[in-house]
Amino acid sequence: MTGLLSTEVLSHIGRQTDPQREIVTRRDIRKYAVATGSRLQKYLDGDVAPPLFHLHLFWDVVPLDTLSPDGVFTDRLLPKFPLEKAMAGGLDIQYHQPIKPGDWLTATRTLSNIYEKAGRSGALIFYEVMMEIRNDAGELVVSEKTTRILR
Amino acid sequence: MTPEPAIGMALPERRHDCDVVQQMLYNASLWNGHRIHFDMPYATEVEGYPGLVVAGPLLGDWLHQIVDEWLDDAGMITGIEYSNRVAAFVGETVTAGGTVTQYDPDSGALTLEVFVKNDRG
Repeated sequence: MTGLLSTEVLSHIGRQTDPQREIVTRRDIRKYAVATGSRLQKYLDGDVAPPLFHLHLFWDVVPLDTLSPDGVFTDRLLPKFPLEKAMAGGLDIQYHQPIKPGDWLTATRTLSNIYEKAGRSGALIFYEVMMEIRNDAGELVVSEKTTRILR
Repeated sequence: MTPEPAIGMALPERRHDCDVVQQMLYNASLWNGHRIHFDMPYATEVEGYPGLVVAGPLLGDWLHQIVDEWLDDAGMITGIEYSNRVAAFVGETVTAGGTVTQYDPDSGALTLEVFVKNDRG
């Protein structure tokens, strides 16, 4: 280990966002389906949401003046990392139930891990964010783990 | 989904033109204001990209679509694991495809390898 990660940075592991509750509408599903180039009628009609629709539903809606100059919002879940250049990350998603118009869904995001590794051209920082999406009955609908790499 | 799945079976491929209007609508639908997707001078001069960058999750969506269209209503996607390897740019055409790697005829459980690749492979 190269010791990049201070105790302060590591102390953010386990931090959670406030639950975010949103309603699914047919119109939002239709817009998402058209924008992704979907060819399946059930999605284009908005009868059921395509996979990954939860990205649309839970992308933070923030005021314009809180965006950075490159148009990105600051994820409040994350500490200030000693490396900042983002590299490609990965996703691991489980779909437990279909999402339909009229569903109220609640997402909670947790910063589940931060660690470092020696890469070929220097140290890399990895962090993982778990997102759990549940319906009003408390049942799991989608769970997602995002891994991001910083260099 | 017409034929019975078999290990090694290739899914019908689909070509996607990375169109600028689609990028705009997609990022707007997410509420994604990242300039690299729509601000050409910013993407090329400030970030040094050769063009407007296709949103990473849209490529992820195309991975899902290649499976979803093949399954039609014969099944559903229960999980996926993927990573974005290289960026795609507006004006490029990419190809989505996949192969069946595991199949259990009793449970109907399928595992597939899927890809979205550019014309340089």
